[in-house]
Amino acid sequence: MNAEAQTPIGDAWEPNILAFCCNWCSYAGADLAGVSRFQYPPTVKILRVMCSSRVEPAFILKALKDGADGVLVAGCHIGDCHYIDGNKNAEIRINNTKKALGKLGFDKRLRLEWISASEGLRFSEVIRDFTEEIKKLGQNPVKEVKK
Amino acid sequence: MKGSVAVVGGGIAGIQAALDLADSGFKTYLIESRPSIGGVMSQLDKTFPTNDCAMCILSPKLVETARHPNIELLGYSDVKSITGKAGDFTVKVTKKARYVDETKCTGCGTCTEKCPSKVPDEYNAGMTKRKSIYIPFAQAIPRVATIDSAHCLFLTKGKCGVCKKVCGPKAVDYEQIDKEIELNVGSVVLATGFKPFDPTGLKQYRFDHPDVITSLQFERLLSASGPTQGHVTKQSDGKVPKNIAFIQCVGSRNPRIDRNHCSSVCCMYATKESIIAKEHDPELNITIFHIDIRAYGKNFEEFYNRAQKEYGIKYINSRPSEVVVDANNALSLKYEDFNTGDLKSQNFDMVVLSIGLDPADSTRTIALSSGIALDDFGNIATSIENPVESSVAGIYVCGVAQGPKDIPDTVAQASAAASKAAALLSGERGTLIKEREFPEEKKLSIEPRIGVFVCHCGINIGSVVNVPNVVEYAKTLPGVTHAQEMLYACSSDSQVTIKEAIARNDLNRVVVASCTPRTHEPLFQNTCREAGLNPYLFELANIREHCSWVHMKDKEKATQKAKGIVSMAVAKSALFQPLYKQKVSLINRAIVLGGGVAGMTAALDIANNGYSVTIIEREKELGGMLREMTELYDGKKPADVLKEIMGKVAGNKNIKVINEAKLLKVEGYLGNFKGVVLANGREMPIDFGAAVVATGARNLEPSGLFNYGKDSRVVTQAQLEKMMGKDLSANVITMIQCVGARNSQREYCGRTCCVDAVKNAIRIKKANSSASVYVLYRDMRTYGVMEKLYGNARDLGVIFIKYDAGTPPKVEGGSVVIHDSMLNQDIEIASDLVVLSTPLVAGENEEINQLFKIPLDKNKFFLEAHPKLRPVDFATDGVFLCGSAQAPKLIDEAISQASAAASRACTILSRKFIETEGAVSVVNEAKCIGCGTCVTVCPYNAPSLYDVTVKVEDVTYTTKKSKINAASCKGCGSCAAACPAGAITAQHFSSKEIGEAMDAFQKGVKSISIEKVEVMV
Repeated sequence: MNAEAQTPIGDAWEPNILAFCCNWCSYAGADLAGVSRFQYPPTVKILRVMCSSRVEPAFILKALKDGADGVLVAGCHIGDCHYIDGNKNAEIRINNTKKALGKLGFDKRLRLEWISASEGLRFSEVIRDFTEEIKKLGQNPVKEVKK
Repeated sequence: MKGSVAVVGGGIAGIQAALDLADSGFKTYLIESRPSIGGVMSQLDKTFPTNDCAMCILSPKLVETARHPNIELLGYSDVKSITGKAGDFTVKVTKKARYVDETKCTGCGTCTEKCPSKVPDEYNAGMTKRKSIYIPFAQAIPRVATIDSAHCLFLTKGKCGVCKKVCGPKAVDYEQIDKEIELNVGSVVLATGFKPFDPTGLKQYRFDHPDVITSLQFERLLSASGPTQGHVTKQSDGKVPKNIAFIQCVGSRNPRIDRNHCSSVCCMYATKESIIAKEHDPELNITIFHIDIRAYGKNFEEFYNRAQKEYGIKYINSRPSEVVVDANNALSLKYEDFNTGDLKSQNFDMVVLSIGLDPADSTRTIALSSGIALDDFGNIATSIENPVESSVAGIYVCGVAQGPKDIPDTVAQASAAASKAAALLSGERGTLIKEREFPEEKKLSIEPRIGVFVCHCGINIGSVVNVPNVVEYAKTLPGVTHAQEMLYACSSDSQVTIKEAIARNDLNRVVVASCTPRTHEPLFQNTCREAGLNPYLFELANIREHCSWVHMKDKEKATQKAKGIVSMAVAKSALFQPLYKQKVSLINRAIVLGGGVAGMTAALDIANNGYSVTIIEREKELGGMLREMTELYDGKKPADVLKEIMGKVAGNKNIKVINEAKLLKVEGYLGNFKGVVLANGREMPIDFGAAVVATGARNLEPSGLFNYGKDSRVVTQAQLEKMMGKDLSANVITMIQCVGARNSQREYCGRTCCVDAVKNAIRIKKANSSASVYVLYRDMRTYGVMEKLYGNARDLGVIFIKYDAGTPPKVEGGSVVIHDSMLNQDIEIASDLVVLSTPLVAGENEEINQLFKIPLDKNKFFLEAHPKLRPVDFATDGVFLCGSAQAPKLIDEAISQASAAASRACTILSRKFIETEGAVSVVNEAKCIGCGTCVTVCPYNAPSLYDVTVKVEDVTYTTKKSKINAASCKGCGSCAAACPAGAITAQHFSSKEIGEAMDAFQKGVKSISIEKVEVMV
């Protein structure tokens, strides 16, 4: 099965992206996007974790299996981690997960980004950009399988 | 004696002092003249030399200050006078009318939005407009509006009144008047900061031209929250500049305008601003015109080198004489290149004036009204050995109010001032503080009974998200027994409503759908606690920052998303369990490693705060490097200073000294360390709650450089220092700076060498005016008020010759040959004595770094927890750092840091118990396979393996299992993610809790975007 097979896209379809944001930087960056009123499409919902290193590969697999169109993992820039080097662990884990997903053709649906608490604009840009990319990919094919 | 302290000034210095004092058991008043705390740091985009985001590191301190039960914030208040004596002061304060009731204002910002009157915005250094009723910046604390009475249409003309009409909580009060209040406190800490120099008077720099701006304005241009969202554009035409010039020392090092000081920070902030601007736009050309580049702090020289090599920033040694504006309004600089003597002119699109730090007006006002002495520069006067004590006993000073300095030195001094105030009042510790009291937690029923409170936030949420619709949706979610809307969930009346709803509906989980947990979670958690619910049974659904504010144009989808966010929060909360911070006892005793001036000061401060402390010194005697010195730069004799401080140490019954000793082993954690000390060939145990590392540094022996070691006429500055104690026969003395420093092998600047050289040059000239003293230097780094010494030396006839790193001096016999670039020829100085100024280098720090698992930097000095805001902390809790063990330092700086380390240690020692993080990870022993993965990923050494004996039928064997020490765990959850057996639960963020939220997310997906698929499983 070609997991990247395009599904027909209706006009109404909007991607649904699950974002894991670390409490100290990326979640705060999303907050700043809000305070600054940087607009981005309503395609993302954020789950707060204390550190990007909390995100288990299993969470990502579950999200994609259940039909999320994209998963974003966002943490502090390398060197800024509130937990010294948690984001380095996250980097290894998420990149490995991405490699594995690559074999299945799902890798573009997973993104790892470093977004600091001061990068509100960047947060909104990441969401906009990821949304566009997912739109090009189309819906998560898992949903088609379920139908 | 009173157990309270008034901290005057709410910048980073005042905030740090207040937090330290409040954490050590003192009621603290923090008095800030502006509407909100944060000071100049809140306006900065980044901080040097790490380019850390200033607001991100400051903001948590602001929130911590606001919610500390023992800090009373007096915003928008001026101190009139301080009278009384140490232990019993009366501080007269004017609380200026905000025309807004602080207790009612929720900070929603509706008034600001509707206000028609526009005024230049101080926060953006005048480059944008704010309204007459305003909250200074997004993260302002207290987050309440203030009316600018000078511009408000109602207050000036009796017209308008819109803010009062639109204010939901009815907080606007035009009748409010200034209030005079008196505070009775035991001690006062002055942290009045500085005023940025106003360059208007320096007509030659044409500050009237729109493209000539101050460095603070440039900082705002770089900031994402600034007037151009971080895009550097010209104020004249909005275009992107191509060539930018920085002029250094504007309002500094200029006797003509009575600014004799160096402002200490401008060289580095200009470098930082240049790097950031280049990162934004690599095409930019930036030139920094400077007299000397003073990159004297830790990692500053490296930063300066990177600016040149990696970012191509040009540094020209010159002080431009004028900014020329031509007929087309274009800018150029006229300058003399100090290296060649050539007169030049160059065009620029933008000129940034690196403005200096002037003493704040309030420093002078308070000093005059309260009889506190000022120094020659208008700073609060102090001495080398007592760098934070003002002329009035019981009144302390920190930060730029004491002299220009950067953020880490400011933060260190703030903690130092706190330590002194706390020591003075140690008998009263804990007498005026409040502990928050909460009712007993009620028993939880098994079924979740979730209450959902959806906030309109005035119109901030309600104008985009259909709040009643979200409430109706919430009522349909499993487990929800109560849902309602609120106008302002955070207002005080809403807290009462929530508590009543909890009681009436027997709620056992609470979800508030409003704003970010990063600011508001503690508020609602405390509301839950007041209603008998464990704080970990609460969840915030962020439908403002993450929804209504970012999807303002799509109300329907925003409402759908808000529902999704609420359903995820509800699903997650259903699994929440009560969690408890563990209280563990602690040992109220400290150790100090190293008995130099830093170690002794730290020990004395801890002892004076009432705690036992043991100094572990490697040598036979205390004293450290101060023993090697014969005069301080203010003329005092180090022997006298040492005698006094050693006398105090010997006479303090709380201090124990172990000489010729070293720490062999350490285990344990914050509050409960167990160590072993080796002394006199014997090992003895030592238990302690906190440790201060003050092991100092040593002078570099410049073997092989400039004939050192071969020719007796070549000595080090340290050796000269000793020789100066006796008669010095040499008549021509040549000093060479930066020997063994600022090179490829040792990149850092020695910081103290320029001051030492100038000090000794002055001593030589004063003892023998016919002596010739030459100082061959690369940049004279007599920063801050030490600039005065440099001036004195020149006045006394000391000759300073600049050399380039590429053409260092040559020493042959007594002759020193130096290339003078201005004359473009070699000069020979026939010298009787050649003095090499070498930097301090790290001592044997590897041993200690292994013991405590505390990191070293690349120069083997200790690496502090954060270069800006935690200069004397380590990332490892309970271990602190001071003096030259962190990086080379002058004596007064080492003393400040030592007191700071003591203050930080006392915030631990003064506790009755240690409270651990509540949401920690726990191991399920049955599932644990003892692989040790958790041990490798944890940065805090919280998990450890232990042996267990397992008996299965007749077989008994030993295996390993992991356990997590709750006291060391910070709750990041990395171990839970890494555990291959799924044996670790990251509580409050468990796989189950996150899984439930993910399921809710998917349901949202289906119900929103997939047609006709019914999902409720």
